[in-house]
Amino acid sequence: MEKTWNNKAWFMVLPVLLLVAFSAVIPLMTVVNYSVQDTFGNNQFFWAGTDWFVEILHSERFWQALGRNLLFSGIILSIEIPLGILIALNMPKKGIGVPVCLVLMALPLLIPWNVVGTIWQVFGRVDIGLLGFTLSALGFDYNYVNDVFDAWLTLIVMDVWHWTSLVVLLCYAGLVSIPEAYYQAAKIDGASRWAVFRYIQLPKMKRVLLIAFLLRFMDSFMIYTEPFVVTGGGPGNSTTFLSIDLVKLAIGQFDLGPAAAMSLIYFLIVLLLSWIFYTVMTSSDEQA
Amino acid sequence: MARINLEHIRHAYGEKPKSEDDYALKEVHYEWNDGGAYALLGPSGCGKTTLLNIISGLLQPSEGRILFDGRDVTNLSTQQRNIAQVFQFPVIYDTMTVYDNLAFPLRNRHVPEPEVDRRVRETIDMIGLAGWAKKKARGLTADQKQKISLGRGLVRNDVNAILFDEPLTVIDPHMKWVLRSQLKKLHRQFGFTMVYVTHDQTEALTFADKVVVMYDGQIVQIGTPAELFERPSHTFVGYFIGSPGMNVLPASIDGSNVTLGPNTIALDFQPKVAAGAKTELGIRPEFVRLGREGMHVRVHKVEDTGRHKIVRAEFAGKPIAIVVHEDAEIPAEPRVTFDPSAINIYANSWRVGREA
Amino acid sequence: MTARVDTQTPAQASSQTTASTTEKTVAAAQAPRRSLSWIIPTLYIVFLMLPIYWLVNMSFKTNTEITGTFSLWPQDPTLRNYIVIFTDPAWYSGYINSILYVVMNTVISVAVALPAAYAFSRYRFLGDKHMFFWLLTNRMAPPAVFALPFFQLYSAFGLIDTHIAVALAHCLFNVPLAVWILEGFMSGVPKEIDETAYIDGYSFPRFFAKIFVPLIASGIGVAAFFCFMFSWVELLIARTLTTTAAKPIAATMTRTVSASGMDWGVLAAAGVLTIIPGALVIYFVRNYIAKGFALGRV
Repeated sequence: MEKTWNNKAWFMVLPVLLLVAFSAVIPLMTVVNYSVQDTFGNNQFFWAGTDWFVEILHSERFWQALGRNLLFSGIILSIEIPLGILIALNMPKKGIGVPVCLVLMALPLLIPWNVVGTIWQVFGRVDIGLLGFTLSALGFDYNYVNDVFDAWLTLIVMDVWHWTSLVVLLCYAGLVSIPEAYYQAAKIDGASRWAVFRYIQLPKMKRVLLIAFLLRFMDSFMIYTEPFVVTGGGPGNSTTFLSIDLVKLAIGQFDLGPAAAMSLIYFLIVLLLSWIFYTVMTSSDEQA
Repeated sequence: MARINLEHIRHAYGEKPKSEDDYALKEVHYEWNDGGAYALLGPSGCGKTTLLNIISGLLQPSEGRILFDGRDVTNLSTQQRNIAQVFQFPVIYDTMTVYDNLAFPLRNRHVPEPEVDRRVRETIDMIGLAGWAKKKARGLTADQKQKISLGRGLVRNDVNAILFDEPLTVIDPHMKWVLRSQLKKLHRQFGFTMVYVTHDQTEALTFADKVVVMYDGQIVQIGTPAELFERPSHTFVGYFIGSPGMNVLPASIDGSNVTLGPNTIALDFQPKVAAGAKTELGIRPEFVRLGREGMHVRVHKVEDTGRHKIVRAEFAGKPIAIVVHEDAEIPAEPRVTFDPSAINIYANSWRVGREA
Repeated sequence: MTARVDTQTPAQASSQTTASTTEKTVAAAQAPRRSLSWIIPTLYIVFLMLPIYWLVNMSFKTNTEITGTFSLWPQDPTLRNYIVIFTDPAWYSGYINSILYVVMNTVISVAVALPAAYAFSRYRFLGDKHMFFWLLTNRMAPPAVFALPFFQLYSAFGLIDTHIAVALAHCLFNVPLAVWILEGFMSGVPKEIDETAYIDGYSFPRFFAKIFVPLIASGIGVAAFFCFMFSWVELLIARTLTTTAAKPIAATMTRTVSASGMDWGVLAAAGVLTIIPGALVIYFVRNYIAKGFALGRV
């Protein structure tokens, strides 16, 4: 759409600007402020320069948490995106099945995150949980509290349980917006099921898939509550993601300086990666 | 190319139709000639797209059979029927080039690549997109996209028929005319059987050898453009075709005499009308003569279209339209006569034959 | 081309209608190919429902049964766990707190996002693209980063433990989202509609309220749904900013650890109760979900 140049439009953006400035800029400034200072309590601060940044970037703890985050995001994206597409393709298109599927699938999305954690914490317990009990009854040595692999498995299955529906609903929305004529034309052109997917459904889902990918990447990279409730970051530090580590540092140890520096680095990584994904995924669009 | 027979086709969208009104498409029993150009004409919702989709196999009729060259194809899929169809909105495969779009239906049918190349090049010239072969189809204009849709049908030179579902709706008026003449030319050149759905009478009349007029789920008349104009077999056809449409006046019939209010006209035939039927007289505005003799008429206003004048008048208490020559004078005390050979008599909206 | 057209008149054709009903019914003969595609969504839904079922199951059990025996359904169904929650003000006030700040946040987010989204969808202005991108970056801000500074900021304003504090804090990620969603829906409304309204003598506020807002009503609904959803499920910030008076229900759940050990039954019952508002909201918007997730711009 052709847009007119109008700088008065700023007045319409002003409320948002003020609100977000209050809820984002001021806190962010606080973080920046802390990140360059040191304190020994009593509100006495000393200039610390880039010391905290250097410390964080040299700490093994940070890089390990970052690695865990990347691994986690990578795994859940490679499961949830294809699985979500597969389910969306097989959803009913009309009839009573549609609202039933949509309502049931959307349910996990509206459960508070710590309750999600609680549900899986209970569900996976060997003594009282259906999953844990069944697995151990079947002879598996499953224990997410002690075993690193089991802890990761539980978190991944939990995230798939929690968020695949988002991908499904986005893809489904993309699919139902395809006019019937496309499918009819494909029939007439003798297209196979695969060709219909490759040349009609996938291109039409591209935009929603981009949204799904970005949202899932950002949210999985910022994950805190669910693993905190289920594993508390353990066993050991094996499920201590950046957020968990950050909260430990900031609220647990009250190391404001390093925590602030880490916050900023963390934020920048999310921004950078999101920007890279966005650029790469939309670049093929531009070349006509 | 094929001859298409529709045998007692009926279709209802709901389950288990109870009454005649539940059918979106009422009984159709008709044969479409091999190589003919047909137009399905009618207002929105009259069942023309339903009929088209039944022919192409996108829809299974509730009742009846479809034959292609005598072979029953009722239970065959669209692919097996070997039909091409162009839709109202251009359907293109965004991510492919123009070339690949045209090659798509051939490659799906495992046509050898040299043959694909030959036919695509031929088609691309035919639809006038030769310079665009390597372009992504996404960036094209609406009429170019529609040409690609058409091209995907033309590229398969063995199709049984090409069906068009209001293909020119999204095209600019000027391009409409160009595309229509191109279609007409292609039809003459290659002799496809073509069925063309439209609600635009000009499109139907210029495109088709035979126009099928549909109204409320049934075919009301099939005929050449001239037949539709001169002998509309249903008052709806009279209204729908022609501009302005036919004058339909309530009349009472006694032998070969027709009484319209205070006037009585003697016909040169005796229409056979069942007792109690609602009878009407139909006369095209082009065949009403305005002069100083004949039946009394009150002129309300005169519209000048540039080529001729349309006189809106009141005749025997009913509105009537009269087409007069561009420089004809409207008399001070106007009277009208009806061209006897152009009078049609209708009983319950259906035309009563001369010979009957 | 030979004229082999069937020359029967339509009147004759309709008289044959009754005869043709004896023709074989094709639709019945050609039953659609039995499709197995329902299996995949069904399996997926079963997978989704199992953990929830287990929670519901537990909420109707006594603690002895939960820890003592393993049963797929309550052997001795009890409402005790729910009674505990509904008779303890600390529990049910948690509910009211959550609903209060979620609704406040939804109203604020949509209200400020509306004019901004209109500006982005209709006008170009200095720094518009940067502004839009910057707004979106806030959606990418990890809540953990903001937890501590929020606490200090709202302490400074004396807003700690109030509903408005949580509502404002959640605006951090909900306002950008609302702007983004609404901008998508608004771009789908042709600009000619605005212009026609101005020509018809509408002032901007009247046009916006009377014509434009009804046009994008479904977009507003979708934006509100997402704001509700993200505010309702977020806990890290909500818990950081509250102590008692505005404590959300989800945070109250941590209270179930008592001297006598975990009160699993009450924990499960509380969990079930936190699922219900979400389920209700989904049920009401079920017909808009598909459209909503397309964010108006597919």
